Amino acid sequence: MSKDNNSAIQDASQEASWINVAALHKIYNTRGGGKTHALADINFTVKKGEFISIVGPSGCGKTTLLNVLAGLISKTEGSASVSGHEVTKPLPEIGMVFQAPTLLPWRTILENVMVPVEVQKLDKKMYLEKAKELLKLAGLDGFEDKFPNELSGGMQQRAGICRALVHSPSVLLMDEPFGALDAMTREYMNLELLRIWKESNQTIALVTHSITEAVFLSDRVIVMSPRPGRIAEIITIDLPRPRTLDMMNSDAAGFFVKKIRQYFNAANVIE
Amino acid sequence: MKFLRNRPEYVLVPSVFIAFVLIWENLVNIMEVEEIILPTPSRIGEALYFQLSNPLFWSNFRVTSQETLLGFTAAVIFAIIAGTFISQIKVVDKAFMPYLVGFQAIPKIALAPIFIVWFGFGMTSKVVMAATVAFFPILINIIEGLKSADNDQIRMLRVFGATRFQIFLKVQVPCALPFFFAGLDVGILLAILGAVVGEFLGSQDGLGAMVLLAQYNFEVPTMFAILIVLSLMGIISHIIVKALQRKFAFWADSSNFIGN
Repeated sequence: MSKDNNSAIQDASQEASWINVAALHKIYNTRGGGKTHALADINFTVKKGEFISIVGPSGCGKTTLLNVLAGLISKTEGSASVSGHEVTKPLPEIGMVFQAPTLLPWRTILENVMVPVEVQKLDKKMYLEKAKELLKLAGLDGFEDKFPNELSGGMQQRAGICRALVHSPSVLLMDEPFGALDAMTREYMNLELLRIWKESNQTIALVTHSITEAVFLSDRVIVMSPRPGRIAEIITIDLPRPRTLDMMNSDAAGFFVKKIRQYFNAANVIE
Repeated sequence: MKFLRNRPEYVLVPSVFIAFVLIWENLVNIMEVEEIILPTPSRIGEALYFQLSNPLFWSNFRVTSQETLLGFTAAVIFAIIAGTFISQIKVVDKAFMPYLVGFQAIPKIALAPIFIVWFGFGMTSKVVMAATVAFFPILINIIEGLKSADNDQIRMLRVFGATRFQIFLKVQVPCALPFFFAGLDVGILLAILGAVVGEFLGSQDGLGAMVLLAQYNFEVPTMFAILIVLSLMGIISHIIVKALQRKFAFWADSSNFIGN
């Protein structure tokens, strides 16, 4: 991509698209010498401060897409940029939350949250306050000096979210972060996430299995379909904010859930 | 009484010991076993007491301890260096691992006569012997440990922009620590074994040489007494390694239960 193009995206991204994915393809070479088209012609943009979810049946490439944005997987063709920077390796303006909390068991919760600060060699003193603030925001004050195995799964995942936010990234990528939690904890975590999002004003891209979770949280839902992984539809969820759990029983929410579920049914997947 | 119910081993272990010693003592007396075949525990105790109050014993004890510790330290240093290269650089792994595995198959005790030819009858040959036998279990554990790092943890560090060296330092090294201490635990015992075997084959000093001297003089109780000393050296080393492990790899017991 030429320099001019880059700065054009930079300018546009200031008010419009913060994440910009254009004509993106990812093709894996399989062991047998064949090729798997994991992502085919993916195009979408995400505005600054927007919350989008990526849903789709298994094998639709949603996690691959997130990993490309995280700079963990190289793309075969097309472009993916965050705040005007083409993603070729992990960018400092990205924070990521994983399926498992992936805390380091030999570090205290506070030390775990500080991992991105250490790795990026940022000013520890300054960010220590930030880390403590985040832990407080996530309801983990008093647990700073505990070790991960002393916390419940939900608390560990919240610490994982704090870690993703500590270096003030502009984009938060979440890879099925609540998949391992029970239904009650999951609802609670969804509300927590909305609260944290509101205070931090991050741009969030969330990959999830749960259609209701996607509808509940997102401004827009990107529905993907498999073989090859491509975008089936991008649905704007115009439910009012702040969202409440009651809202999910409304006809409007039901309409969105049903609409998304059609794509799952078409792919013969029962979720 | 509550204490005894919670920790019955505090009563059971000494009881077994006392019962064993009493049966041994009485059986030897009743059956009139000759002392050069099997001495009574009380005779062994006397011999042990005599040795512990003998300066000559302590100078021999010091020699064997030094050989063990020097050999063990050398083994640890070489194992750390070799383990790091083998686990981090694929070419080194591919080129040298088969030789290491092959070398490990040598009964290393059989190398002792060669080391005595090379390094003489002094301490050096015993240090080399101790290092050689202690090296492999430590090395294998370091390699396994450095490779044991969780892929998710490595991926997490990469997302936050970690360099390869940071990943090594912040994930792979801590992951290797529990393995490392397991290697030390085996290694220190083998180092004692190596030093003593080296002394058996040719030495004027050391506990191994004392055992041989006692054998020539038919002082069987002394042989047993030194065997007890060697066992205690092993047990104390084991306790020290375990204490270090609990301090520096404290998460190892519980890390399996973390939600991933």
